[in-house]
Amino acid sequence: MKTLRSLLGWEATILLLVVLALLAGALLSPDFLTSSNLSFLTANFSEVALMALTMTLLVIVAEIDLSVASTLGLCSSLLGVLWSAHVPMPLAIVLVFLAGGLAGLINGLLVTRLGLPSLAVTIGTLALYRGLAYALLGDRAVADFPAAYTNLGFGTVPGTSIPIPIALFLVLAVVVAVVLHATSFGRSLYAIGANEVAARFAGLRVERVKLTLFVLSGLMSALAAVVYTFRFSSARADNASGFELGVIAAVLLGGVSIFGGRGSVVGAVAAVFLIGIINGALTIVDVPNEILTIVTGLLLIGSVLVPNLLTRFRAGQERRRTAQEVNRVSPPLG
Amino acid sequence: MTAGRQATPEAIQARPNLIAQLLRARELSLVLILLVLVLGTAALNPRFLALGNLRDLLLNVSIISLVVVGQTIVLLMKHVDLSVGSVVGLSAFLTGSLFVAVPGLPLPLAMLFGLVLGAVLGSVNGLLVAYGRVPALVATLGTLYVFRGLDYAIVHGGQINAGNLPPSFLSFASGSLLGIPNLVLLVLVVMVGFGLYLKSYRGGREYYAVGSNAEAATLAGINVTRRTLTGFVLSGAIAGLAGVLYLARYGTVDANAGSGLELQVIAAAVVGGVSINGGVGTLFGSGIGALLLGTMGSALVTLRAPAFYQQAIQGALLLIAISIDIVVARRSAKKLQQRSRG
Repeated sequence: MKTLRSLLGWEATILLLVVLALLAGALLSPDFLTSSNLSFLTANFSEVALMALTMTLLVIVAEIDLSVASTLGLCSSLLGVLWSAHVPMPLAIVLVFLAGGLAGLINGLLVTRLGLPSLAVTIGTLALYRGLAYALLGDRAVADFPAAYTNLGFGTVPGTSIPIPIALFLVLAVVVAVVLHATSFGRSLYAIGANEVAARFAGLRVERVKLTLFVLSGLMSALAAVVYTFRFSSARADNASGFELGVIAAVLLGGVSIFGGRGSVVGAVAAVFLIGIINGALTIVDVPNEILTIVTGLLLIGSVLVPNLLTRFRAGQERRRTAQEVNRVSPPLG
Repeated sequence: MTAGRQATPEAIQARPNLIAQLLRARELSLVLILLVLVLGTAALNPRFLALGNLRDLLLNVSIISLVVVGQTIVLLMKHVDLSVGSVVGLSAFLTGSLFVAVPGLPLPLAMLFGLVLGAVLGSVNGLLVAYGRVPALVATLGTLYVFRGLDYAIVHGGQINAGNLPPSFLSFASGSLLGIPNLVLLVLVVMVGFGLYLKSYRGGREYYAVGSNAEAATLAGINVTRRTLTGFVLSGAIAGLAGVLYLARYGTVDANAGSGLELQVIAAAVVGGVSINGGVGTLFGSGIGALLLGTMGSALVTLRAPAFYQQAIQGALLLIAISIDIVVARRSAKKLQQRSRG
């Protein structure tokens, strides 16, 4: 009960910060709260947002996937190669998803079958998948994607100014939230993350669950690759390199515990928006990029440090109060 | 290994401890892999063993090997330091700027500057982890961003070139003693020093204790909080020194210097047998790990592997190395169990 309350507290804080960031943006520039600006700035973080969904699930079971951005690069390169080899687009997209799923499967097998730590495995596949992307495409770029598809990337949902990738993200976020919070599969993730040994004794198929999550993470990177490629109308081997840290930063800022067993989709989604909106607000008033980097880092540290300090402060107060009470009931001898 | 499997328990006890230890050491398999790699590459292209090539190889590995010393200490405590790449970059640029401001700066002072700067940055990580109870992965991922952001803000699109550096600094960087480049010597001294400290001194052993079981370490009278802080300060200081070496080695430093280094450093430590779960590993292992990864890269260049394939091959080799390592470790653990049962 106590953890539940503190969790809700953290999500409420993040949502409040989102609102504050929006207000601050509006104060900084009258152009900020226009639909075209909001549309632009949310589209900008759609890939990070998508990958953050599956990363949330992985971190809840106390695993991590550092290879997400490399998988994105690999899938984007593959899409480019297939398209320039005149493979029909629907088939190319299917193959890209297969590749993403396979990349996730390799991560998952190394973690679950060999028992390797996921941090080590995915540092390796971070290099491997990015390397394969370069092997596929070298330093070339494929840019001649058909307009029907690139419009999906930077278009908006008809009649609104919601970018299509963000609409896609919101739908998937609801799906992931329902799966995580309202199905037995979702609840089993918390059990595994909180105490893997106990979960195994309770009859949960820990390995199979983790393998599934890694495959899902690979598939999500493939989806993010398709979005990224169409949004920029460009397939390159170095697409989205370094994005993995942004994804992890968002998930952790959203209150998902790096030790597993705690966190929610709402928190992660709110954190994605918070980072995106702050970056957007600072960009619109021409704050240089380096400050954005610093702000992201500080937010990440603060998200864990501030609650920790508050807990300790409260514990200290409690102790003092109890001590006073004890003194009043039975004054110290002497 | 074969001999060990056939030997009776009495024979094992009779064998001198040192040799038994050597045979069982996981580092030995790494040395063998390294030898095979070097000899195999040399057989295919004898120029691989040319002095100039070996010298380049060692110089390229030296910076990673230095940073891996601090990373190993942090990993032993079951923590991780992702901010080292940013510390290297910041230290390299600021030391360069210091040379621009004070052209006559003596070399030891420059190194001291790098060390102190790194120690200050490392203490931020240490305070967050030890006193703020922020998980190391989160804290150092955060400072990775913050330090890199500071670097961008200070560099502001500028660059330090070899032309800005005093000749005495550059001659140290390109100089050598008895044929061994100065930078490599310096790194070797640091590695051996910390290697001995970790192996044979109380303070060094405490890092293993903290990583194996922090609670037990506390009960044994170790000040875990202070030990953790010191570990991060050391990691930062060593990365700061590595920044000075980076400046010496490359001469050109912009805001991206050292970015992505953290993953290479962790890869080297893991390949070298340092456990991500704390308490297991040696500096000798990490050093061999760094050398192995560097040699792979160099061998791929010598063998004219297409440039675009090199990263993929390195990633695959890294995965193979850690997979073999865990299989071997599990087998030897099983053997130990059987032996204690029999």
